[in-house]
Amino acid sequence: MKNLATGVAEPSRRGFLAGATGLIVAGLLPARRAFGRPSEFVQGVLSDVENAPFAPGAYIRIAPTQVPGDSGVTFILPNVEMGQGIYTGSVVLIAEELGIDPERVNLEAAPPDAAYILPELGTQATGGSTSTIFEWTTLREAGAAARVMLIQAAATRWNCPVTECEARQGQVVHTPSNRSFAFADLAEDAAKVPPPKDVPLKPARDWTLIGRPRHRLDSRAKIEGRPLFGIDIRVPDMKHATVAACPVLGGKVGEIDRDAALRVPGVKEVLTIDDAVCVVADHYWAAKKGLEALAVVWREGANASVDTAQIYRELHDGLSEPHPIVAHSQGDAAAVFDRAVSRFEAIYQQPLLAHSPMEPINCTIHVRPDGADVWVGTQVPLRARDSVANITGLPKENVHLHSQYIGGGFGRRLEHEYVTQAARFARQVPYPLQIVWSREEDLMRDRFRPAYVDHVRAGLDRQGGIQSMEFRIVGPAVVARWAPAGLSPNGFDNDLAGGILETPYTYPASRLDFVRREAPGVVTAWWRGVGGTRGLFVVESFIDELAQRANADPVAYRRALIHDHPRAREVLDLAAEKSGWGTPLPKGHGRGVSVQFLFKSYLATVVEVDMSAPGQIRIVRVTVAADCGQPVNPDQIRAQIEGGVIFGLGTALFNEITLKNGRVQENNFNLWRILRMNEAPRIDTHLVNSTEAPGGVGETGTAAAAPALANAIAAASGRRLRTLPLMPGVEAA
Amino acid sequence: MATVRINNNEYQADVAADTPLLWVLRDVLGLTGTKFGCGIAECGACTVHVDGQAVRACSLPVGNLGTKSVTTIEGLAGDPLARVVQDAWADIDVVQCGYCQPGQIMSAIALLKTTPHPTDAQIDAAMSGNICRCGTYPRIRQAIRNAAGDIA
Repeated sequence: MKNLATGVAEPSRRGFLAGATGLIVAGLLPARRAFGRPSEFVQGVLSDVENAPFAPGAYIRIAPTQVPGDSGVTFILPNVEMGQGIYTGSVVLIAEELGIDPERVNLEAAPPDAAYILPELGTQATGGSTSTIFEWTTLREAGAAARVMLIQAAATRWNCPVTECEARQGQVVHTPSNRSFAFADLAEDAAKVPPPKDVPLKPARDWTLIGRPRHRLDSRAKIEGRPLFGIDIRVPDMKHATVAACPVLGGKVGEIDRDAALRVPGVKEVLTIDDAVCVVADHYWAAKKGLEALAVVWREGANASVDTAQIYRELHDGLSEPHPIVAHSQGDAAAVFDRAVSRFEAIYQQPLLAHSPMEPINCTIHVRPDGADVWVGTQVPLRARDSVANITGLPKENVHLHSQYIGGGFGRRLEHEYVTQAARFARQVPYPLQIVWSREEDLMRDRFRPAYVDHVRAGLDRQGGIQSMEFRIVGPAVVARWAPAGLSPNGFDNDLAGGILETPYTYPASRLDFVRREAPGVVTAWWRGVGGTRGLFVVESFIDELAQRANADPVAYRRALIHDHPRAREVLDLAAEKSGWGTPLPKGHGRGVSVQFLFKSYLATVVEVDMSAPGQIRIVRVTVAADCGQPVNPDQIRAQIEGGVIFGLGTALFNEITLKNGRVQENNFNLWRILRMNEAPRIDTHLVNSTEAPGGVGETGTAAAAPALANAIAAASGRRLRTLPLMPGVEAA
Repeated sequence: MATVRINNNEYQADVAADTPLLWVLRDVLGLTGTKFGCGIAECGACTVHVDGQAVRACSLPVGNLGTKSVTTIEGLAGDPLARVVQDAWADIDVVQCGYCQPGQIMSAIALLKTTPHPTDAQIDAAMSGNICRCGTYPRIRQAIRNAAGDIA
């Protein structure tokens, strides 16, 4: 078939195709350079530099440059940017010590390399709100070491003591004479300087970057719609493809009408693997039509009978499991409960959840006999690279993975099965293949946040104070699949301690049991806030119920449970003050609170809702007080909390993935409801000044949202909703 | 063969008439600033202007365009209102992952073109067709207010 995709431009006009004249042939217009440095310095656009003479460690490359506006300084960023602002934060940490304006630094995404393995996650991974916690010391030390070497190189040239030299704004300055060398011009000499040991880091009083609000380095590039994402990659001779995997997990491809698909104009090839089909075409639309024409008949297999009710039934059955894994036991909580003057218990249920980042899953890959290139947004570059090597049989070092900006992660791209799948198709063809999943495929073949059922019971004293707390979690152990070495010897998934054992509260006696029940028919995975999101909903809902039973103010009741975490008390008091806690509200309004210690950060959150209209809810306002230690970029901390709260509120209200006959039912945004502008509340975030080591923030707001919202609903309506999502309970009024 | 007028350039695209404008932009012409989000006009990531109106390119067959003029995020240079909006976005760092933002910005420009000083309710009405998973809505709302304040 001929190439259908051509277009002709008016040669007299100079629009976005400035420089191109005459016939414009699709596919020959690289939307972004696939390799190497751009011809001009554009802030925020990724580059990769090879053979820089000065490469001290894993994070800094300095090379002489002829590119206008370019400093020649490149930072290699160990964590991927998926919206959380980490590239800007990472650059600030290195630049603070190195002495350069962050806006003049080239950005390079870390390639897959053992040098970037995060010990806590067991692989090279961006997730779990760990980035800043990990980078805080590592990146500053990298910057400081490079600075010392550059200064030594300059001092040698000037034949002066290093004490007369200073590194600032990308130069080493000889302070007595005001002479200077650009870093880039010192690169070759600095490479010969032995790396220093034990470089002291700048004291906080000397910081000029850390802790100050700073614009995101990727803001302009994103606002201008520059090609930054994996889905924007255009490489010569690339073809467009879309895929369908069996909608029932474990099912296989049965019959296909290959000829019908090939008759669709623009369709080039039909590729199959055991559980999925791929239609290759000149553009996505032709591929999508080809996929429809293929009329795949699936051999659905054993999961074709799975439905949501079965998943919940198995979880609820786990509540009576006589031999749970005892994850934690302090005091004899059961005995205290039995003796208590009063007792309270409750069961909470949480659904399967999809990630649905705005950038649908995609992977661009070129497999050749001698090597492969992969352009993809991934939170796990090393795993993704290795999986391509495994599928193709190529040596790992011949597989080059180019990490792209990610159009939303939320844990989805901690999975790399879409890269594996892409490699299985791409190895069948000689050309580069861009596989883009439809939104339907993205939702139906997501790997889901598990559903859980929790039982909590408390033994209480006469005033309603807690004497014992016993938790039972029934659900999957995600870590057992994702990082089996992370599973505790007793079979507990420590992620599930989030919000329950990781808590600002102290109880006289407590116990946590875990009953592992893997969900049939789905693969379960990490999701924004991980264990903390699910655990906090349970704990903060239950504590709220206890406060209500004790006729206590929910803030005061919580305050009395906090003994060892003064920072938690501080954020709780601040959130109460800033939200006007206790002040009168209009009829039908209510406030709910939650407090947390997750990802080494403290948050207290107050949600105000208006439920004056029957069966409806309006989220009026959210107030957050946060102490996440020393801020690197306060405005981005606020942004992450605001965004995390919105993400959590929408999910708590609306979202549940259901299965019928093994198939996911919510397959696009008409059925998978996302919170929209008209539903988004005002959010006020107040940061506590802190000099403690930084905690993570990207997931904190999400964890806070559901319990604070459910507590607000209870306050406004008197109805306690123990099942997520909340909207069916709201509408039942 | 469809003739399309995009960002003041004319193109001929050899695609079926039912091909949505989105795929002509992205896969035929290499204009990747307009994003694919859902394919059913539910998310707004693909918002472009057709004769100045915000339109979802994923659901507009290129054969229906006729002589209408398309503007994408790449074609905003020289539009003073677009500049004000984009500056307002940059000024308060609206973006997070940024994937939906070209669509958000195109919707915001279309709003401010007809309603230079929108109320919050008007902002909500105009922007509720654009989903942001990162939850940047409060900043989008603020950026539009700020941009409106900067419109003479």
